[in-house]
Amino acid sequence: MPSVARTLTLALLAAAGLAVTGLAPAQNDPKVLRIVPHSNLNILDPIWTTQYMARNHGYMIYDTLFGTDEKSQVKPQMVEAWTVSPDNRLWTFTLRPGLGFHDGAPVTGEDVIASIQRWGKRDAMGQKLMTFVDRMDSPTPQTFRIFLREACGFVLEALGKPSSNVPFIMPKRVAETPADKQIEDYVGSGPYVFRRDEFKPGDKAVYVKNAKYVPRKEPASGTAGGKVVYIDRVEWNLALRDAQAQVNALAKGEIDILERPAFESYEQLKKADGVALVNKDPLGFQYMGRFNHLQPPFNNQKIRQAALAAMSQEPFLRAQVGVKEFYRPCPSMFTCGTPYGSAKGSDIQSKSNMKKAQELLKASGYDGTPIVILKPTDLASIQKLPDVAAQLLRQAGFKVDLQAMDWNTVVTRRAKKDPPAQGGWNIFLTAWVAPDIWNPLTNAAVGAQGEKSWFGWPTDPEIEKLRDEFARATDEPKKKALAEAIQARAFEVATHAPLGEYVNPLAARKNVTGFVIGPGDIYWNLKKGDRGG
Amino acid sequence: MNATDIDALSVEHAAVRRQAGAWERVRKNWSVRIGGVAMAFLLLVALAAPWLGTVDPTLFDAASRDLRPGETGEITTLDGETLEHRFVMGSDSFGRDIFSRVVYGTRISLLVGFSSAVVALVFGILLGLSAGYLRRLDGPLMRVMDGVMAIPAILLAIALVALWKASLLTVIVAIAIPEIPRVTRLVRSLVLTIREEPYVEAAVALGTPTPKIMFGHILPNTIAPLLVQGTYICAAAILVEAILSFLGVGLPPDIPTWGNIMAEGRVQFIAYPHNVFFPGIFLAVTVLAVNILGDGLRDTLDPRMARRL
Amino acid sequence: MWTFLARRIAATIPVLLVVAVLVFLMLRLTPGDPAAILAGDAATTEQIAAIRASLGLDRSLAAQFVIWFGNLLSGDLGQSFYFRMNVTTLIGQRLEPTLALATLTIVLAVAVAVPLGVLAAWRFGGWFDRALMGFSVLGFSIPVFVLAYILIYVVSLKLGWLPVQGYQRLENGVLPFLRHLILPSITLSIVYIALIARVTRASVLEALGEDYIRTARAKGLPELRVLVHHALANAAVPIATVIGIGVALLIGGVVVTESVYAIPGLGRLTVDAVLARDFPTIQGVILFFSFAYVMVNLLVDLSYVFFDPRIRY
Repeated sequence: MPSVARTLTLALLAAAGLAVTGLAPAQNDPKVLRIVPHSNLNILDPIWTTQYMARNHGYMIYDTLFGTDEKSQVKPQMVEAWTVSPDNRLWTFTLRPGLGFHDGAPVTGEDVIASIQRWGKRDAMGQKLMTFVDRMDSPTPQTFRIFLREACGFVLEALGKPSSNVPFIMPKRVAETPADKQIEDYVGSGPYVFRRDEFKPGDKAVYVKNAKYVPRKEPASGTAGGKVVYIDRVEWNLALRDAQAQVNALAKGEIDILERPAFESYEQLKKADGVALVNKDPLGFQYMGRFNHLQPPFNNQKIRQAALAAMSQEPFLRAQVGVKEFYRPCPSMFTCGTPYGSAKGSDIQSKSNMKKAQELLKASGYDGTPIVILKPTDLASIQKLPDVAAQLLRQAGFKVDLQAMDWNTVVTRRAKKDPPAQGGWNIFLTAWVAPDIWNPLTNAAVGAQGEKSWFGWPTDPEIEKLRDEFARATDEPKKKALAEAIQARAFEVATHAPLGEYVNPLAARKNVTGFVIGPGDIYWNLKKGDRGG
Repeated sequence: MNATDIDALSVEHAAVRRQAGAWERVRKNWSVRIGGVAMAFLLLVALAAPWLGTVDPTLFDAASRDLRPGETGEITTLDGETLEHRFVMGSDSFGRDIFSRVVYGTRISLLVGFSSAVVALVFGILLGLSAGYLRRLDGPLMRVMDGVMAIPAILLAIALVALWKASLLTVIVAIAIPEIPRVTRLVRSLVLTIREEPYVEAAVALGTPTPKIMFGHILPNTIAPLLVQGTYICAAAILVEAILSFLGVGLPPDIPTWGNIMAEGRVQFIAYPHNVFFPGIFLAVTVLAVNILGDGLRDTLDPRMARRL
Repeated sequence: MWTFLARRIAATIPVLLVVAVLVFLMLRLTPGDPAAILAGDAATTEQIAAIRASLGLDRSLAAQFVIWFGNLLSGDLGQSFYFRMNVTTLIGQRLEPTLALATLTIVLAVAVAVPLGVLAAWRFGGWFDRALMGFSVLGFSIPVFVLAYILIYVVSLKLGWLPVQGYQRLENGVLPFLRHLILPSITLSIVYIALIARVTRASVLEALGEDYIRTARAKGLPELRVLVHHALANAAVPIATVIGIGVALLIGGVVVTESVYAIPGLGRLTVDAVLARDFPTIQGVILFFSFAYVMVNLLVDLSYVFFDPRIRY
């Protein structure tokens, strides 16, 4: 027995010794960037879905013809030069030299055309563009041409649009996948290469530097400029979803970048050693509440206006964002601070108060039909909005039925046109990144073609007429005037309720520098200092 | 789910004891006293919730968010009135009063615990009696019970809640179902034992109808062990509800349950621990009280087992 | 003994069959079209129709079960539409972390709880005994995630000894592997320790009351030998039983622990699959866990032969 005791003691000491040596902090490789993105990556086809995770994945491994810089100007990216015929109907583009896919093949005009066509089948702006396009061809591998039926005012804006869906350029064989099927081949021509063999859904996604990528000479700005990569490898940590654990991990240096911290985390992040907040996307996001125009009671314009009057922006922003320097009310349906962000027509919401809303509701003939509001339980960035909406609408005199479900179910349900009692809805709330809503063409919420439009399905021929004119207009002052008119009419019709704008600065270790200013989540141009930061 | 299996093994013996003096022993036992008093207190809190200085637990005001315990702030009622209110346990990130939510949460937790136990017991008794008494049903029924037991309880509960919508009834049933096999087993073995007793054989010989034997002779002897089992199921149910809410697959978040309060508070646990601390304490104390009560009941109803577990 | 073995193994088959039927029925009980649910919200009508055909949903329930079961036997657990890969591959990827966590937890729990239980039984009625009983009830009562947060706060953040989250695969080194697993294992093992300590104490206590203990002591054997070689050995059967039953508890705890510590294992997979309504994965994981649980209990039953020579059947 004593020998047993001795053996046991020795074993325990050995284990303790092992543990102590193991307690030395883990190596932090300065050539590896460890990022926690805002959600899980499960769809790898950025054309098939508008999901931002797929878009961010796309920016890693694909390149675009044009980009949008931090001043919201469209700048060439893969394109070297282009000419436009005097009647605006023939566009000729020349590609930059040195563009190649990850498998060694050069990028040709044929690849570009196939990619544009696939994107044009899914993206709203792309679909609109395609109605103007007669045909496209590629006379030489380095060039491609677009023939338009009539002048179109937004060709470059469409090809350079920074957010979903982004017209990423894929090899022809991949782009020929039918638009309603997801692609299986992830070869691109972007600054990173996707390591498919290391991809574990729900665990991690890995990208390595594309050594053959030739960046532009200009400095990086938004999705334009030179995409220079200074590190060897990027790892997306898809397993770390608990917000408190994310903060802890960043504070301890176990991760380098936290893409979209929960608003509640900012207080701790501000106090954490070695952590900096980077507001790399000053244009930020906009919240939105959407009415179902097909079902009572919101098929009645007066009732919609009453709800719009009740839903003032400050309570939403304060409850959801909370941090004062990160939010601002914005009376425009298009992003404030961008060319089309005006306050025209917004008085019904911005200059309203609860008493007015109550009066409007009484005058509208509202009969007490309960409003079904969809509340997602698993999306921290918009989770609180439905509760605020419910409380405000109740105060105005509405009867509210707040239904909680996970985001997947919300997404399924909002597509249903049935009455709320049979699986439909009356209001859902969501957030958009600025480029997705900053003009009347990309902004899905002001589309008013009834059942062909975005969920909510408003109908208003006047808005559609104005949007068509906007699409054809080629000079800026005319476009601005049209945008104002569209917005004024949209407020009158109460297509939706804009609920204010906010920024969601990312949090990173102090030794990570080089963040590119612009919308979306951009991971080139970053340098990581040698010490743990 | 926690000690239910082990104690199920032991309570089988409790039944065949005389009931004489049992109630006396139960009353005098310290565990029963402590557990019982704690439970009574919690029940009182649950029933008297509106009168304990609480406000509507769903009301919030963004101006009052993240207040520390003891601070004062504003609450706006639905009529537009603004009241001043002392947030005894602090406020959450919405601006809701944690004290009110915890107090009202007592209702849900006790309701879920109690109901799940009752549902599990009722179905377990029916199935156990059938299995013990009807030979032909016994084999297949127990195979099915083994199958249900093979599926880990949490996974079964999560999957069931995912299939139907998340409501109080769904959660209660989802938590109760994994507990039914153990009760069935217990009742069945009790039935098999008691059937062999001389007085039961005599009753059968006299031609007493089966239901009368089942409910008149067998059932009364099962009350004690089932009571003990019931308390353990109750404790487990309260914990499972908290876990389901924590994972995001429990009751909808606007219903204040301790699990929901902790689930919402987990985002800022380090900065504002009161979100998790207060409901956590209530949860631990409640489950502890029920477990202690169960221990006491088991000790008194079968002193032979008292030294064992 | 071999007949016993064969019979025990054969006895697990009906149980597994029942589990398969239950899991199969679970999906069919949902309101709504199972094909649409399996296809996911972004599927086209053609894709849904294709899935309906492959599942044979227009056939009778029994025929559907045969098709599904046939796939199951050939190892095809279906396609996860959320993760866009084979469910079997997915489970294979997530297996290592959960297995590592569970094994370390069980080893830790048994290593700590059995000695504690023996000690409590030896000094029955003393302060240690009471302390252990009180502590074990507490262990049942605190939810796993609260315990996890407290441990993370004290050990990882304040003391800085261990990482706050994450999992390192064994192939990346034994030390990082262990460092990341220590805290999660401790968190998970507390409930398990409470359970095993209780049962150990109870059975050792019963064994200590037997005559052969008095004989052994009278023979003058050292107390440690009496405790381990005679009492514990005879108490082994109920202890093994509770270890087996506790595996179900463990699986439940794994789900929460993996969520808090960001370990990409099967528990997390279950939660993610449930939130995404990914039924093929939910079915696959439940089948897998149930299978594992049945196997563990089979092993426990077989271990009785080792512990108790009287059990020959």
